[in-house]
Formats: sequence, C-alpha cells, structure tokens
Amino acid sequence: MSTTELSVNKSFSERSRIRKTDRMIFSAIGYVSLTIMALLCLLPFLLVVSSSLTNEDTILTKGYQFLPIDFSMESFKILFKYPGEIVHAYMVTIGVTVAGTLLGLFLTSMTSYALSRKDFKWRNKFSFFFFFTTLFSGGLVPWYLMIVNYLHMKNTLLALIIPMVLNVFYIIVMKSFLSSIPEAIVESAKIDGAGDFRIYYQLILPLSKPALATIGLFLALAYWNDWYNALLFVSDDKLMPLQYYLYKMLGNMDGMRKAMMGAGAVVTTPLPSEGLKMAMTVVATGPILLAYPFVQRYFVQGLTIGAVKG
Amino acid sequence: MITFWNDLKKYKVLLLMLTPAVIFYILFAYLPMGGIVLAFKHFDYAGGIFGSPWNGFDNFRFFFDSGDAFRVTRNTALYNIAFIIINNLLQIFAAILLFEVGGKWFRKIIQSSLFLPYFISWVVVGAIAYNLLNYDIGTVNMVLRGLGMEAIDIYNTPAYWPYLLVLVSAWKGLGYGTVMYLAAITGIDTEMYEAAEIDGANIFQRILKVTLPNLYPTVIILVLLAVGNIFRGDFGMFYNMVGNNGLLFSSTDVIDTFVFRSMMTSNDMGMAAAAGVFQSVLGFVTIMAVNYAVRRYDKDRALF
Repeated sequence: MSTTELSVNKSFSERSRIRKTDRMIFSAIGYVSLTIMALLCLLPFLLVVSSSLTNEDTILTKGYQFLPIDFSMESFKILFKYPGEIVHAYMVTIGVTVAGTLLGLFLTSMTSYALSRKDFKWRNKFSFFFFFTTLFSGGLVPWYLMIVNYLHMKNTLLALIIPMVLNVFYIIVMKSFLSSIPEAIVESAKIDGAGDFRIYYQLILPLSKPALATIGLFLALAYWNDWYNALLFVSDDKLMPLQYYLYKMLGNMDGMRKAMMGAGAVVTTPLPSEGLKMAMTVVATGPILLAYPFVQRYFVQGLTIGAVKG
Repeated sequence: MITFWNDLKKYKVLLLMLTPAVIFYILFAYLPMGGIVLAFKHFDYAGGIFGSPWNGFDNFRFFFDSGDAFRVTRNTALYNIAFIIINNLLQIFAAILLFEVGGKWFRKIIQSSLFLPYFISWVVVGAIAYNLLNYDIGTVNMVLRGLGMEAIDIYNTPAYWPYLLVLVSAWKGLGYGTVMYLAAITGIDTEMYEAAEIDGANIFQRILKVTLPNLYPTVIILVLLAVGNIFRGDFGMFYNMVGNNGLLFSSTDVIDTFVFRSMMTSNDMGMAAAAGVFQSVLGFVTIMAVNYAVRRYDKDRALF
C-alpha cells in the first residue's frame, strides 16, 4: 500500500527519469544479448568458410581458425580437379529439388483446393484421412519395405522425390490460405460454366501465389537439404545428391584417418582432408546462403501463416 | 444409395483432384500401418511381410529384455523435454528483446542471423560440430591447449553429449521459434502497452505484466504440441552429430536411431519393426492425451 502511495506522490519528471534509466538498462541487456546470440549463430559459418580457405598444414598444426591466417585455395582446387562427381551430385540435387518442388506444389494445392471447397460434402472425412497419418504410423520398417520391396524404388530418382512430395502440414497451411479466398469468386465462375479443375487451375492458382511461394520454398529447402532418403534408398554413386555426397565424404575421410592411425601411421595425410571437407561443405551450402537474403521473408511469412492455424 | 451415386457424380472432378494424394497416403501411410504385423514375425527376405513366420512377442521381448527399450525411450523423452524447455525459453527471450530493442536494420540483421542455422542440413551441422569438437584439431581443444589446459576427448566421452545436443538443438531452432513468438508479440494490442505506459509501468513491469501474459496461450499451445511429439527423436540431428559412434550410445541413442540401426546395420527387421510399433503407439497415446488437455484448456486450439 505504502509503495503505491509513494509512486503516486513521485513527481512526473522523476517517474519518467526512472523509466528512462530502466529503458537504458534494458536496451543495454538487449543489444548485448542479441548481438552475442547472433554471433553464435554466424561464427560457425565463418569457421567453415575460413577453414576451407586455409592451408592444410596450418589447419593440422593450429586447428580450425575463424579467419584464414594462411590463405590457400588448395582445397577448392583439389575438390574441382576431378569435378565429375560433384557436378553430378549437383545435377541430381537440382533436378530432384526442381521436380519435387513443382510436383509437390501442384499436388498440395490441388488437394488443398478440393478440401477447401465448402460445398464439398466429404471434405472433413478426407481431411481426417490425411490428418490421421500424422498421428499414427506403421514405423520406419514397413514404410521402408513398401518403398524398396513393393514399389521397387531403390536406386531410382523417384525414391528421392516421391516420399517427400506431400506433407500434411503444408496441405493444412494451404487449405487455410485458400479458405480466405471469397467463395463468390468460385460461385461466379461456376455460373459462367467453368469446371472444378478449371476454376482451380485458372482462378485459384494465380490467386494463391503468396502461399505457393512460401510452401514452394519450404519444399525446395527440404529437397535441397535431404540426405535421409539417399541414406536409405541410394547406393548407386550416380544418384547421390549433394548432401549425401558430403555426408559420405565426411565419413570416409574420418574412416581413412582412423584406419591410418590404427595402422600406426603418423597422421600427415598428403590429402588436405580437413580443408577439403570444409570446401565441400561450402559447395553444398553455398546456394542456400546466396539465396537466403532474398527468400528469408517468405519463410517468415509461412511461419506466421502456420502459427495462426497450425 | 441413390444420393451417394448422385454425390459421386456431382463431386467427380473434386474427387479426381484428391485421388493422387489419397493414393499417396494409402501407399506411404495406410498400407505400411498394415506392416505392423512384421513386429510379430521373424522376418526373412524370401518370405517378405506376409510369408515370414510368426514369432509372437519374441521381438518385443528381445527389445525389452536387452534393456535397449528403457535406454532409448528414456533418452528420447529426456532430450525432448530438455529441448522444449530450453528452446522455448531462449526463443521467448530473443523474441521479446527483438521486439523491444533496436531500429529496423538492427532487427533485420539479428533476425536474419538467428534464422540462418535453420536453413542448413544436419549433415552440415555435423561437419561444423566436428570442426569445433574433434580431439586433434578442433577449435575448442586448440583453445584449451592454447590456454595450457588439457584437451578433452569429446567424441569418446558420453557425459558431454546431453549438453552438446541441447546446445545444438537450441542453436538450430532459435531463429524459427523466435520468428513464431515475435509474430505473437506483434499481434498484441498496442493499447495495452499504452495503458501500461500511462500507469507508470517501466519496461520490465510491462514485459512481465503485459507481454508475457499475452504470450501465455501461444506458449502453452506450442509446448503442448511439442509434448505430443516427445517420443519422436530428431533422427537427422542425432545421426549426424553422433553417427555410428557406439561409445556414445549410452547417452545419445534415441528410439529413431535405434530403429534405424536395427534395420540397416544389424538387419534385425523384426525387432526394428517392434521398436517402431512401440514408438508409434506411445506417440499416439501421448498425442491423444495432449489433445485432450488442449481441448480442456482452449477448445479452438485443439488439433481435432
């Protein structure tokens, strides 16, 4: 009680002065914490880039550095000496990403459109049919056997595209976006004699560009970063996507080093394996980092749509 | 019946449009659910799912008696609980600061930086972690040696890994969650802030009395949804951080990595299937319980 009286009795200027110091303390905490967090998020990337540009001997004696103290393009030169495999992995990743994203967008939007039609009697039944798959599953083994033994997708590009092409979460996000398009548009088109597919294709798709952009980017990111399907379904070197190629390379060199150490050899590998790994990491991540500043806002948009109705 | 045929005709285009997705989920979700029978069979490749002989509960018995079931389930749940608590606290902290502090450019740069780790694959995260942590030339050990201290063999010491994995999870998820919470904070009615200002609240009071209570529903929902998935391990993270390094399994093995290894490495399809079914059932029960809780809390926010 007395504190309340006290604060009431304080003069206005005094109060605002206190508020100003509070604000200053808070801002100081805020700037410092945010800057530290941002640096912690960025520095590992700097470490990778700088290691890829550092002379191998320096890495082995001084460790990975945040700034290249002994600048060398050696790792990249060796990496691209026989570029066949990398270029191939790039082509696989680009092909899978483009095909998967386009097919995914088409199927997601078409499915969501049918589910969003309020005059469609069975839409809730179908929604539940899709949604239930997020609640319960048969587990990894039956899913794996389905793809390998029954659909015979092992060592095909389809195994990298099809399993990820639809995602219930994207269907829900797209559906809630489509529900915001006024029904009158569909009604008037119907009166003009347009069929359901034509309404979807010529009317709804152009109107859903923002949602398509967002979901498309999420799909593209998932395909670009996918290594899991390759780990499960691909043993043919020709079908290795970029991330899996990187994964293999990290593992193999580690194995090589360990094998050599086990054999009693001194680890002065002639191959710049550490720098090479980092160069490969840069090559595999580069396009994402380059596109990042331009596409980030669509992801933010997507999260915000998803947050409203997840 | 006649109405059914009429409806079928009326909706035939819409039904056709749904067909690819329906086939997809039949093939990749519903038919594999039937594959659950595999958990009660001794799988051999010649017999396939249906031709293999039954072995009752042997797969489950083996999974539980070996102690693996307890270990991986405990790890999965404990890791997820730690992730939920720490990630959400950090994300809320960052979102509030980002909302209150700085100009347009500062915010933009910070948000972009925080969000960046979300965009790289777990393979790359694994590579970065190896850079930082490996014994011979990892940055951490180089710094320790530089300070005259003993280097630590992180990849051979299970005790460090719970902290490391929590850190990595926080690092990768910080931006995503911050953006979510920032959106929720931005949605708070500005009149409430103005009222608090007029009442003489300082910034700490304002955050405590206005921002946090308004954020509360979002937090509850996001946390409950995460709790619903508490028995699902993030395979990509665990597999790329730990790999097949058996020395670390005591503190890092989760259900998903265990199932994967049983299937791909030891080729024990039956037990892998049993562990998968165990996880699915546990997950299903948890989600139903959580959804019931959400329904009681706020009907509109319930999943179903």
